[in-house]
Amino acid sequence: MEQIILFAPLVGAIIGGFGWKMMGETAAQWLTTSLLFLAAILSWVVFLTFDASAHVNGHYTIDILTWIQSGTLDTSWAIRMDRLTATMLIVITSVSALVHLYSFGYMAHDEQFPDTPYKARFFAYLSFFTFAMLMLVTADNLVQMFFGWEGVGVASYLLIGFYYKKPSANAAAIKAFVVNRVGDFGFALGIFGIFFVTGSINFDVIFAEAPALAETTLTFLWRDWNAAEIIAFLLFIGAMGKSAQLMLHTWLPDAMEGPTPVSALIHAATMVTAGVFLVCRMSPIMEFAPSATSFIVFLGATTAFFAATVGLVQNDIKRVIAYSTCSQLGYMFVAAGLGVYSVAMFHLLTHAFFKAMLFLGAGSVIHGMHHEQDMRNYGGLRKKLPYTFWAMMIGTLAITGVGIPLLYLGFPVGFAGFVSKDAIIESAYAAVGGGYAFWMLVIAALFTSFYSWRLIFLTFYGEARGDKHTHEHAHESPKVMLAPLAILAVGAIFAGMVFYKPFFGNAKYVGQFFGVSYAEQVHHGDDHSDDSHGDDHANADDHSDDADADDGHGETHYMFTGEPGQGAIYVASENTTLDDAHSVPVWVKLAPFFAMLLGFITAYVFYIRKPDLPKKLAEQQAPLYNFLLNKWYFDELYNAVFVKPALWLGKFLWKKGDTNVIDGGINGLAMGIIPFLTRMAGRAQSGYVFTYAFAMVIGIAVILTYFTITGGYE
Amino acid sequence: MGANLLSMTTFIPAIAAAILALILRGDDEAAQRNAKWLAMAATGLTFVVSLFILIGFDPNNTGFQFVEDREWIMGLNYKMGVDGISILFVMLTTFLMPIVIASCWTVTTRVKEYMIAFLLLETLMLGVFLALDLVLFYLFFEAGLIPMFLIIGIWGGKNRIYASFKFFLYTFLGSVLMLVAMVAMYADAGTTDIPTLMNWTFGTETFSILGVQLIGGMQTLLWLAFFASFAVKMPMWPVHTWLPDAHVQAPTAGSVVLAAILLKMGGYGFLRFSLPMFPVGSAVMADLVLWMSAIAIVYTSLVALVQQDMKKLIAYSSVAHMGFVTMGIFTFNQQGLDGAIFQMLSHGFISGALFLCVGVIYDRMHTREIDAYGGLVNRMPAYALIFMFFTMANVGLPGTSGFVGEFLTLMAAFQVNTWVAAVATTGVIFSAAYALWLYRRVVMGDLIKESLKSITDMTTRERVIFAPLVIMTLLLGIYPSLVTDIIGPSVTALVDQVEAAQSAFALSNVTAAASY
Repeated sequence: MEQIILFAPLVGAIIGGFGWKMMGETAAQWLTTSLLFLAAILSWVVFLTFDASAHVNGHYTIDILTWIQSGTLDTSWAIRMDRLTATMLIVITSVSALVHLYSFGYMAHDEQFPDTPYKARFFAYLSFFTFAMLMLVTADNLVQMFFGWEGVGVASYLLIGFYYKKPSANAAAIKAFVVNRVGDFGFALGIFGIFFVTGSINFDVIFAEAPALAETTLTFLWRDWNAAEIIAFLLFIGAMGKSAQLMLHTWLPDAMEGPTPVSALIHAATMVTAGVFLVCRMSPIMEFAPSATSFIVFLGATTAFFAATVGLVQNDIKRVIAYSTCSQLGYMFVAAGLGVYSVAMFHLLTHAFFKAMLFLGAGSVIHGMHHEQDMRNYGGLRKKLPYTFWAMMIGTLAITGVGIPLLYLGFPVGFAGFVSKDAIIESAYAAVGGGYAFWMLVIAALFTSFYSWRLIFLTFYGEARGDKHTHEHAHESPKVMLAPLAILAVGAIFAGMVFYKPFFGNAKYVGQFFGVSYAEQVHHGDDHSDDSHGDDHANADDHSDDADADDGHGETHYMFTGEPGQGAIYVASENTTLDDAHSVPVWVKLAPFFAMLLGFITAYVFYIRKPDLPKKLAEQQAPLYNFLLNKWYFDELYNAVFVKPALWLGKFLWKKGDTNVIDGGINGLAMGIIPFLTRMAGRAQSGYVFTYAFAMVIGIAVILTYFTITGGYE
Repeated sequence: MGANLLSMTTFIPAIAAAILALILRGDDEAAQRNAKWLAMAATGLTFVVSLFILIGFDPNNTGFQFVEDREWIMGLNYKMGVDGISILFVMLTTFLMPIVIASCWTVTTRVKEYMIAFLLLETLMLGVFLALDLVLFYLFFEAGLIPMFLIIGIWGGKNRIYASFKFFLYTFLGSVLMLVAMVAMYADAGTTDIPTLMNWTFGTETFSILGVQLIGGMQTLLWLAFFASFAVKMPMWPVHTWLPDAHVQAPTAGSVVLAAILLKMGGYGFLRFSLPMFPVGSAVMADLVLWMSAIAIVYTSLVALVQQDMKKLIAYSSVAHMGFVTMGIFTFNQQGLDGAIFQMLSHGFISGALFLCVGVIYDRMHTREIDAYGGLVNRMPAYALIFMFFTMANVGLPGTSGFVGEFLTLMAAFQVNTWVAAVATTGVIFSAAYALWLYRRVVMGDLIKESLKSITDMTTRERVIFAPLVIMTLLLGIYPSLVTDIIGPSVTALVDQVEAAQSAFALSNVTAAASY
């Protein structure tokens, strides 16, 4: 079954992509889409029936084929199935299947390709992407993961550049690939480091070696490092590239050049979360790398803040959502860096639903507005696009984190983002008692709320702006586009509440879910000593099943007692953030709620009550406004610091290095031979080449023979 | 036929060349067609015969197999044999030559001579990989220059004379030193038998030459002499500048052979001579080679970034890719050597295909200027797909063969020198930049240029040419064991041998130091 999930999209991509001329474009579309739905259904079956306790160390592996074998390096194509994989499977295949379906409507007509067939190509790319992404998450070793990692990069490149006639799309595609490669540079070095230290790239071996890594030093470049730290850091550079974290984020907003379904699937729900997945997957190493994880937290929090500030002022509807994605990924990294991997995965899951929804909703608006993307030309679309409006509304309620604070019915009550985002913010507070990450995330939550509501108000409320003709012809999207929105809406509303316990309940639920052993937390002077607390679940289950009622809020505290490599994630038993996050002060729990409220009110005032206020403010605060509008000038900076110097250096090395120094030098050496050379050249032209050639062969033979014989008989 | 399999493989093309030269008359269309078909049949037959070598080859036997040893003229031996290091280079050559012949199907100038040149070239290249006698090797190695020199000089572009002489001089000058070294080796060991020499220990006592202390003594000196020749062949930075010029002027088929096979002679030479015969010399100079490789990767990638001529760009990219090879070889470990061999094979398919890609549009537009193109995808979707595939293979995308070699050599370098590894790994960024930038300017965008409005997509013949290359690139990328299973044991033996010799040297140095 796992193989079918993995290969169904590939089969679809190949047959659809190469065979559409024979079967027709519609058949190719149907084929790819049905195979994706098949994969999605099977993924849910796997996810729901997966029982971590039924397998040794909470996972099982299906070998497919050997891959790179060289000396001690032993790489295979394999499927590693554990809770992390299973979670990613449902995210990827569900969103992908829905995006396939949605694309039937969205890609039905395209002005870019008046007489070129493009639909089969688009669907084949989507399916190929899905396959690569599945390879990434099912990998049982780092190299296969790298295969998926690069594979999704290519798919992303192809899809961003889908409108190949547009120069901006081509530029964005290359930028995405190259910036990602900068991340891959770190990822690759991380893999080399791991292999150097552990002699393997298989997860099982690496994880088992993780504690030893913390005791090992690795000489890398100019100094010795703690092996776990430097490896974690290098791998995270890879994650930064793929997940568009600060400094390597510049490609993501430009990636919006791709068709909107692509943005929903690749640049919101799945590919960009691969970095988060990587950090969670490598949790056994991360847990032994406190400095590296602190950096992850710092960078994640900073990205969350940075991207949210830029999102405040963007006018392109897709760019707003793109920056929002960037910012939300920062949240996930904070959680992953704090060692609450389950919470990071939780937000990854809920975010996939509501962000895909927002993008598909935006796509529906763009579709209805004839490919107008500037929100300044929207307005008052609520009536024209009622279903889309409600879809966007639900997405916004989810991302801004609307819910009922402090109410607890076995789970918090609110939209998906409310539950998972607050979980991160509470964890951030619990881990360090406030501090940088916590405040950054709260401020980011405020901004998130502002730009999300700004988007809603600019698009759906107020007067119609911009081209009148476009507004008159604005139309609601076909059912095939609305149905995926409806399904995603279910996720955006309920995913947080439904999945609260297994991802953020307490160490017991999370442990059971992820296949990690756990135990009741030992209190001061407690007679529970550390004798074999739950090396397996049977043991752990002895500890009171009846305390479930108010887990996390009640008296019983649990902690993880797993070993690295056991289960899907590893959390050191000293790491009690998950537990502590449930006992933060009430104001901490309320903070994101009020941030959300404040953002909403500000947006309401700015765009409903006093629509001329934003303009005034922008004029008044021109430097700040431009700074944000120009995305903190990162593109300009990189262009000046990296791109231009690289080109200059290339020219310099070519003209000065190759031509002047090397050729000049060697030609100088060859001065004595030049007269001879020109004579020869003359002869070559006059047709004596063959004579010359044969003379030469014979000459060499004779000379050699002579040398050899005299040399030998001296 | 078992006994003569190697000779058969080697000389079938030469015999065909002789037939062409002696029997075929005239230069009309029929004669041209006959020449092409005869060449095609000969290279095809060579490939089939070489398959028998592959089938009969026992990977676990790390010695030489199918050995032929005969008296030859003037007391020299004609000795041929194949082992795990060389067999796949033989296969690469026999596999690619029919493709090369097929790619010159549209040539109309002096077709007979053209075919003769390629057939002779095949014989000489196979001879290089199979010769087990120094003199024989040298003969093949040097004579191989001549047909290539002629191919560039007669069928090349405008500046062909300059390019062909540059090509010839560079590679020939390097070889002169190798020749001197060979004489010295014979003087020392009393034999030109390569297997014997591979187990011969050349002197390692440090001596001073012109006031410079030469660690590793004789071995280092010999190593340097061979290095001069192989480094030019590879080509390594900074003696690489002949390659872009040669490529630019060479006809398409010539470029393919040059990039796909001729460049591999340098790498093969390192593996056959430098490492087993001068392990201590190799160890002494390893850092130099590693750094030259890392610099080559970055330097030539940056230069590739600013090229305006498609062939030049790909040529510079070839130099960068060969940097991975030399880097891998001089890590002296299994991954490095496996990776280096793999990279050479893979580069044979990929760079060959890329030059063919250039050839496809050059045949139509007669220009290699990147700026003369743009938006080809609109009229040439099949071409766009093939070019995309090999572009991605060239940037080392996992799943294509380009990844395996790069990855293994980098991984090997990391174990030896993290600085070199880190510098070389930046190559993955640059390669993406120059390759995709090239692709974008040629293939992507709207088709605006008037001259391109009527360009046609690939013909069936062209598609058929690419098919085997695509298959090999994918196959080796997904299942590299096809290669590593064959080369693995021989590489292991070589690694062990080099390691033993090097540690013995280190040991004797320690003893020498202790005796002070």
